[in-house]
Amino acid sequence: MADRPFIHPYIPNAVPATKEAMLSELGLDSVEEIFAEIPDRLRFKGRLDIPEPILAERDLRRHVKGLLDRNTSCEDNLNFCGAGCWQHYVPAVVDEVVNRAEFLSAYCGGSYSDLGKYQARFEFNSQLGELLDLDGVANPIYDWGDVAGRSFRMAKRITGRNRVLAPRTMSPMRLAEARTLCQPEVMPSHVAIDLVDYEPATGRLDLADLRAKLGDDVAAVYWENPGYLGTIEDQGAEIVRLAHEAGALAIAGVDPITLGVLTAPGTLGADIACGDIQGLGMHMHAGAGCSGFIAFRDDDPVFAQECPLELYTLLHTETPGEWQVAEALPERTSYGARDQGKDWVGTASGLWTIAAAVYMTVMGPQGFRELGETCLSHSHYAAGRLADLPGVELKLSPAFFKEFVLNFDGAHKTVAEVNKGLLEHAIFGGKDLSAEFPELGQSALYCVTEYHSEANIVELATALKEVLS
Amino acid sequence: MSAHVTDDVQAKLERLGKLRRDGGALRDYHAPRWNEPLIMEQSVPGERGVLVPLAEEEVASAVGDPLQYVPKTMRRAAPPDLPELSQHQALRHYLRLSQMTLGMDLGSDISEGTCTMKYSPKLHEELVRYHKHAELHPWQDETTLQGLLQIVYDCGEYLKAISGMQAITLQPGGGSHAVYTNACVMRAYFAARGELEQRDEMITTIFSHPCDAATPAVAGFKVITVMPDENGYPDLAAFKAAVSERTVGCMITNPEDTGIYNPQIDKYVEVLHEAGALAFTDQANANGIMGFARARDAGFDACHFNLHKTFSSPHGCEGPATGAYLTTGALAPYLPVPVVARTGNTYHLDYDRPESIGRVRGFLGNWMGVLRAYAWIRNLGPDGLREVAEISVLNNNYLDRLLMGVRGVSRPYAEGHRRLDQVRYSLETLKEETGVGTEDVRDRMVDFGIQSFWMSHHPWVVPEPFTPEPCETYSKADLDEWAAVVKKASDEAYADPTQVKSAPHASSSGRLAGLEAFEDPERWAFTWRAYRRKNGQAG
Repeated sequence: MADRPFIHPYIPNAVPATKEAMLSELGLDSVEEIFAEIPDRLRFKGRLDIPEPILAERDLRRHVKGLLDRNTSCEDNLNFCGAGCWQHYVPAVVDEVVNRAEFLSAYCGGSYSDLGKYQARFEFNSQLGELLDLDGVANPIYDWGDVAGRSFRMAKRITGRNRVLAPRTMSPMRLAEARTLCQPEVMPSHVAIDLVDYEPATGRLDLADLRAKLGDDVAAVYWENPGYLGTIEDQGAEIVRLAHEAGALAIAGVDPITLGVLTAPGTLGADIACGDIQGLGMHMHAGAGCSGFIAFRDDDPVFAQECPLELYTLLHTETPGEWQVAEALPERTSYGARDQGKDWVGTASGLWTIAAAVYMTVMGPQGFRELGETCLSHSHYAAGRLADLPGVELKLSPAFFKEFVLNFDGAHKTVAEVNKGLLEHAIFGGKDLSAEFPELGQSALYCVTEYHSEANIVELATALKEVLS
Repeated sequence: MSAHVTDDVQAKLERLGKLRRDGGALRDYHAPRWNEPLIMEQSVPGERGVLVPLAEEEVASAVGDPLQYVPKTMRRAAPPDLPELSQHQALRHYLRLSQMTLGMDLGSDISEGTCTMKYSPKLHEELVRYHKHAELHPWQDETTLQGLLQIVYDCGEYLKAISGMQAITLQPGGGSHAVYTNACVMRAYFAARGELEQRDEMITTIFSHPCDAATPAVAGFKVITVMPDENGYPDLAAFKAAVSERTVGCMITNPEDTGIYNPQIDKYVEVLHEAGALAFTDQANANGIMGFARARDAGFDACHFNLHKTFSSPHGCEGPATGAYLTTGALAPYLPVPVVARTGNTYHLDYDRPESIGRVRGFLGNWMGVLRAYAWIRNLGPDGLREVAEISVLNNNYLDRLLMGVRGVSRPYAEGHRRLDQVRYSLETLKEETGVGTEDVRDRMVDFGIQSFWMSHHPWVVPEPFTPEPCETYSKADLDEWAAVVKKASDEAYADPTQVKSAPHASSSGRLAGLEAFEDPERWAFTWRAYRRKNGQAG
């Protein structure tokens, strides 16, 4: 065995005869002669300090799977945590398409080699536009917090103003990402994000505080629907009116899976909408299923011109009746204009747009409607069952879609204690809000979707009762 | 280079540049052309693609009409105008679209230089889809994520060894995102030293990736771009002149897009350090140096890797992607939170980092890419990783040998120096002599089942550019085939340019028309509803 050379299956030209033939064509004795381009003083002469290889595929599979087996998944346990990454059912047909080698392994090939990719992308944009009731949809990027920050910067470029108002109930994680993009105060191009209070009883935006904070330096008013704390904001049209009255833009942060039953941001008059498509056919993947979108009005070209993300337009070809899709306004982006571009674009979450395209197609208008109704039914059923337990209180408005806030102060338990107890029942409890929103006391954000069954909810209620007793 | 070797190359190219049935390397290919209507055009009202669970009896009777929980103003009045299709019809549509996409698995993505289109092992996909990875919630209790955290921690250690750096974050959601993270970390470093008002300039080079210029601009810095000298290296005199007490640092690539390794790179770093500035190197693509040179050894304070390039994660039509960002110990306090830490055999997420820049991405990042990179590194080991670089560089030089034998192809800069992982060529001569430019040749490649080649980032410093990158994945026969296609296009250009000028002929569609729509607000249509509205078809 020792005299048989080891050839790695991913490196065909490691075969000595091939290597020698190539070197001989180059008139070289060794690849070392090429690496002479790296001066000796910069050469790494050691051996990389990483483990010896696990060669056979079977062994590698055993090793990595063995590590993954140390995780407990949301199939092993019941999961009631959402908070921006939600457990919705992923139809098998979605996985079938995104696992296609052509889509999985394609990159930035042009229109003539990758028509299918571009058409799928356009169909994603088109279907999301229908859900949002907006004509302009850009190619998504990292996640919701990122596109919130980019929307704020877009509003700054459009209005020339540099202050944005956002709800105090905004996800602290999204806010942190947006703040990173909007730069620290010391930088000259800083965009201030001022938080608007919420009605303590309902979670809705405090319009009096909004009015007080609006001014002629405000670039945009941002609100979320449903909000991070789960409640449905029913003052969207008024928020838009107030923003426009002050010469500011209205930006809606939206979870698009709600839009089979909830009014679309475009219908409410939003100029820009942003949010995450993770619920539309992505497995959670510990948060890697997230992907942030930006959509906008297209009755004024300034929105497209100031949009920081790639845009694709429908085109015809020289063959009658044939469609093609290609990038529009490419000179706006960092690929076209480097440091003069609108923010930057880069490889982010392309495959998820294809998953979401398939998801929106197979769901259709009726599927979205039914899914919305089931989320409403399940979450309200769960909230009712859980709030019936001694010491448990439902906080904020009863108008919520799939997430709601449960408080355990009356049970004299911390959320950490509750979640630890639930874990012993193989249940992941809600997101602990006690550090993020101390005014809510020991509260947790629970998420119940169409994924859950009545039996799952009963199991949670039974376990919680035991944990609290 | 002696004349008879060139004759050999010519003879070989002549042989390869024929169709396979004539003993050559070219395929008599045609892409699938389904004439597939848009999904929105195929809708049949009433058809269903998948059925959604409805509330069970017990639930329904307890909660009543679910819409009562939605405030009246927020009840959607008109349903979204989404397509309605049965499942087979929907699946078939998207499968047809997949067939009209020449993915790397199927084609030869030597064409996509700077992208490192290497093979992504199928085992990794099985592992990614395993429920103990796919069905994890990011906020699960850490005790239930120990396997994932260990993979991320260990992968971080390997990447530190490969770069020579001391600290890492795997939170960025792509390469450009990691580069942006660097701009924020440098900003925080100088803010902590009270030097931010003084330092507001970032230096990059024109042959570095556009994100090396764009992301520091987003972070609020003025960007100075250094142009190449006559040898293609970033002009050292211009670089020195750009560095001052105002300099934050540099964000540059080496080798740059040209594939030329800058042998003085440590001198550039020294110039920065003498001015109190920092140095970052963009190693999105590390295939030319992995195991042979480490960023830290050249003095850099930070670097990054794209796990979807060098470390095998598939590109997925542009993501999901993962950027690994690495720094020295001095910059470590500023990394985004959380950072994966280890205590004994237990792994945890460390948020207690008061000097952190905060967050660049939500939750934990995209750790699908980390899982794949971990498996890939474990499978190759220290010698395998070095062999990856060795074969990539050999492949590139072998392809170069063939391409430089093709009439009309030239390789600007650094005559007498070999390129490492890729080359930026020019078809300027071909264009001058035949009128056939790089876009024409790019479109002709598709006719032979080869991905249209990547030309260059903007601006085109090299005229009529193209940039192949034949990483370790490709066989000698793959390289021969790729060169044969360029040879074919060149032959056509010199004999009768019509065929190449009117390409593609075997694509999934005809040639694009109505390109005014790119710039015309009345014509561009980013969605089907916009198209219908702008064409008077609003329904």
